[in-house]
Amino acid sequence: MSPALPNSFRSGPDERGHFGIFGGRFVAETLMPLILDLEKAYAEAKADPAFQKEMDGHLKHYVGRPSPLYFAERLTEHLGGAKIYFKREELNHTGSHKVNNVLGQIMLARRMGKKRIIAETGAGQHGVATATLCARFGLECVVYMGAVDVARQQPNVIRMEMLGAKVVPVQSGARTLKDAMNDALRDWVTNVHDTFYCIGTVAGPHPYPMMVRDFQSIIGIETRQQLQEVEGRLPDSLVACIGGGSNAMGLFHPFLDDPSVEIFGVEAAGHGLTQLHAASIAGGRPGVLHGNRTYLLMDEDGQIQEAHSISAGLDYPGIGPEHAWLHETGRVNYLSATDEEALEAFQLLSRLEGIIPALEPAHAIAKVMELAPKRPRDHLMVVNLSGRGDKDVPQVGDILKGRNK
Amino acid sequence: MTTRIDARFAELAKQGRSAFVTFVMAGDPDPATSLDILKALPKAGADIIEIGMPFTDPMADGPSIQAAGLRALKGGMTLKKTLEMVRSFRKDDNATPLVLMGYYNPIYIYGVDKFLADAKAAGVDGLIIVDLPPEEDTELCLPAMKAGLNFIRLATPTTDDKRLPAVLANTSGFVYYVSITGITGAAAADATAVGEAVARIKRHTKLPVCVGFGIRTPEAARAIAESSSGAVVGTALVDALRGSLDAEGRATARTVPAVADLAAALAQGVRGAKQAAE
Repeated sequence: MSPALPNSFRSGPDERGHFGIFGGRFVAETLMPLILDLEKAYAEAKADPAFQKEMDGHLKHYVGRPSPLYFAERLTEHLGGAKIYFKREELNHTGSHKVNNVLGQIMLARRMGKKRIIAETGAGQHGVATATLCARFGLECVVYMGAVDVARQQPNVIRMEMLGAKVVPVQSGARTLKDAMNDALRDWVTNVHDTFYCIGTVAGPHPYPMMVRDFQSIIGIETRQQLQEVEGRLPDSLVACIGGGSNAMGLFHPFLDDPSVEIFGVEAAGHGLTQLHAASIAGGRPGVLHGNRTYLLMDEDGQIQEAHSISAGLDYPGIGPEHAWLHETGRVNYLSATDEEALEAFQLLSRLEGIIPALEPAHAIAKVMELAPKRPRDHLMVVNLSGRGDKDVPQVGDILKGRNK
Repeated sequence: MTTRIDARFAELAKQGRSAFVTFVMAGDPDPATSLDILKALPKAGADIIEIGMPFTDPMADGPSIQAAGLRALKGGMTLKKTLEMVRSFRKDDNATPLVLMGYYNPIYIYGVDKFLADAKAAGVDGLIIVDLPPEEDTELCLPAMKAGLNFIRLATPTTDDKRLPAVLANTSGFVYYVSITGITGAAAADATAVGEAVARIKRHTKLPVCVGFGIRTPEAARAIAESSSGAVVGTALVDALRGSLDAEGRATARTVPAVADLAAALAQGVRGAKQAAE
């Protein structure tokens, strides 16, 4: 279980898209030429200063970057340990970190001459970001969303439709994020000639995990600089929630080669790890799904199991392949938080800091509540506040109302 | 290495006709009925049988085959039971080639080496694994060849001349040309376009080229058989099966004949074809 440690944790993937044994390109032949084209187009865009310059402009004026690094004074006092900073990704246009990646992919799609954009979404944050940028650049947008998620994330469905996107409720399988991804892949196989698949997380076939990570790394790059400005040093620890793991990878990646920085990823433990949950690392094992090898929740026959989380954005039975590798190398510690713990953190943060977080980062806050008190007051802990909770207000409101009766 | 697939195509070449290739989902709707269907197919005229290995997330399949896989899983089907089904079939039929078709994860979890040994011993002749392109050949394709199984690759309309050699390099048995960009059960391909594509592939390989996706009727099967080495029918047979089930999704007395009768009609279509261009 302890492969030889690499000289750098930031050099992956290899040219075949592997992070150790994870990653790869497990797709149908129809898609393979498209994935090779995408890889080539991305390499060219990455090397083109004009592409980066245009992206920086949109990130500043349209997305509103840099997002603030905020000292959470009252939460710090309340927990009585580490000094806690929030990376305020929830203040981005569209309300989450998802827009960072979507902007990059939409610019790439335009460069490749693609006119039709498809995406999968769980909580709807990626769908909203995709619908937004398609509106901004005049592209057709189709978003696949599990029918269960359509019901529990209505505010985001309405937003996507207002932005001109077509939302397709997915009725197959468990009718959540995994099935939305299946249907998006089916659409892509069918409409190869004009369609760009905008994947929302650091998963899927190579080059997606690498490309999405690169676009999200702005989170960690800014954090590094901002903390240097206020504290004059590196953080001591980083905490982020993980579904597929894009907000976490974006924060973590620029710090992977700084051994003094402790890194914590928080999976969704649902009702608890011995019951229904969505914690692929804690409760899964390596397998192959959606184009990559990674940790997956499955039964003895290799059939994929349904994940469960209160948060639609974490309700996925897998995790990005680079996270799987960071787990096996021991560089990142993967923890998990239950629905109950996330709900408690959701309420605490709302009242202490005046920030209603999305249920996804509420999982990260839940583990901060455990980790911070055990650390000294000069310990600098940065949490990725990856999304705002507006979309969750009706759902959480109903749950709390039910309890107070 | 000569497999049952090679022997069957040699025999068909002598008869001067194309192959009729059928697809059934293992364990749909239950293991016993599924075995009965499997046994009925050669009598109905199937020259080669593809057996679907059920998977929860079949990303290249349309609604019919997705549903068939879920029915099978609900009925308790596993990869181990699929191999048992092959073993039972082989007791009475040692000639009809059997090809397992599906997705990689169940095999990966079963263990590649163990799977190949067990599949070979059970009487499997070839594998079609949708999510293993040539870029991932070290996973299963190369070990399968070593174990004496054909690894049958899919070529698609997006596989251009530049890419074809890579796709064909480690392919054996036959080439499966997916006639459309899309999922199983989607719109049918135009026979003229298929003929051109098959001719293009034939310029790169001596292997037989069978064509599937979108073939539903004896007429369509005949048209495709005339321009290729074989016609593959899957969704239409799966739909016939589904149509025979009771309200709870259980097999009825009509289930086996429903599939066998359609297979027989399709086989007549293929056999009525003028000899395929070789």
